[in-house]
Amino acid sequence: MWIILGAILLVLVVAAIALVMMYNSFISLKTQMENSLAQIDVQTKRRFDLVPNLVETVKGYAKHEKSTLTEVTKARAAISKAGSPGEKMAAENLLSGALKTLFAVSENYPKLLANQNFLMLQEELAGIEGKIAYARQFYNDAIMRWNKKVQSFPSNVIAGVFGFKAQEHLEATAAERKAVKVKF
Amino acid sequence: MPQEYYDAIAANRRSTFFLFGAFLVLIIVVGFFFGMWIGSELAGMVITFFLAVVWGLVSWFAGDKIVLGVSGARKVEKREYPHLFHTIEGLAIAAGVPTPEAYVIDDASPNAFATGRDPQHAKIAVTTGLLKMMNRQELEGVVAHEMSHVKNYDIRTMMVAAVLVGIVALIGNVFIRMMFYSGKSRDREGGNAALMAIGFLFILASPVVAQLIKMAISRKREFMADASAVELTRNPDGLRMALKKLAADHTPLKRANGATAHLYIEDPMDKEKKGFFKSLGGMFSTHPPIGERISRLAEYGMIG
Repeated sequence: MWIILGAILLVLVVAAIALVMMYNSFISLKTQMENSLAQIDVQTKRRFDLVPNLVETVKGYAKHEKSTLTEVTKARAAISKAGSPGEKMAAENLLSGALKTLFAVSENYPKLLANQNFLMLQEELAGIEGKIAYARQFYNDAIMRWNKKVQSFPSNVIAGVFGFKAQEHLEATAAERKAVKVKF
Repeated sequence: MPQEYYDAIAANRRSTFFLFGAFLVLIIVVGFFFGMWIGSELAGMVITFFLAVVWGLVSWFAGDKIVLGVSGARKVEKREYPHLFHTIEGLAIAAGVPTPEAYVIDDASPNAFATGRDPQHAKIAVTTGLLKMMNRQELEGVVAHEMSHVKNYDIRTMMVAAVLVGIVALIGNVFIRMMFYSGKSRDREGGNAALMAIGFLFILASPVVAQLIKMAISRKREFMADASAVELTRNPDGLRMALKKLAADHTPLKRANGATAHLYIEDPMDKEKKGFFKSLGGMFSTHPPIGERISRLAEYGMIG
């Protein structure tokens, strides 16, 4: 009699521990996703602040690149006007593209390339670009694991109880690299 | 985190435990012989046990500082090497770990390593030669390799191996000297002399044993870190080109030694090996052949 009760109790305890662990793994994934979104925000904000500085610097050297500069300024303005997260992201991607063109044409101006301020801004913006891409990559990887958990047994039971839903990936930009298959 | 990381972290926990255990046993055995020499085996073992515990704590909490100090690495500011910082920050985001501190070694030989007891206390060190030689993509590959060591706790195992093993070699050296001098001045009875001879052999062997343990631990890790570096950068070419440059370079690293060689992305001692040691091939090297690592990376590129 006591043995059976004990066994039942043991099974319940083990099940409870398993449930708590599964729940916690959902929460930790959620935190990771939120962190990478926050990281994207931080980086895009810094980029937003640096762009006027860059435009000013380039203006002095590259007089024939008015249209490229206007493109950059317009893209930046679109970000502050954007309402929905989707619009904002589209505007951010637009800015990424415009900056890329700007840095490409800058190669034609040796004096600009020798300007310390320009070089610093170029390095800073390249760093930001990389960090945004990595944060998006991390976010999408986390979403993938999240969705797998939501759909597969037994974690889908927990997802059902707490209302965890499958999430959308961030759309890949042209600059983003595809996942590479590796063997361990 | 993907399963591979959990497996690697669990394996590192086991090997760290194993290293501490093996070190303790080794030290107590050494203590036994040391005790014989001073006249009380028990006292010898107690003394060395105490010293082993102290050194264990030191290597756990200050191992990274010791490793960085021995390698001549200095902590650098962001304005000195902005692109190194950006690369480290970016890959820390990609790996989902706190940003490691950046260190630079003033040495023309291109190389890099990571250390620390966990990702919260991680440090990444690169040589000035590496910074000069690698373009952005290649530096990204190298830092991604180090970031993988950080993420899966290789840095802990490798740090503990370096600092614990380093002291075993040192103790061996001291004992060899002590016995060499005392053997001349004191007469001993036959049986005792035989035991002393065994002790002597053991002291000679202990660094070698320790060395072999260390190497067994580090070789698989390099392949694994290459693979997860590619997962982080999504770009096998950066690391592949970087390894090619490392393989082609023959500048020796000045501050490399046997205790820290396994930490580096490419074997810093490799360039000095000749004849006999080269012919021993795989067994004594801390790193898999770089050619094999390069060809594996080329494979990843094709699948992607």
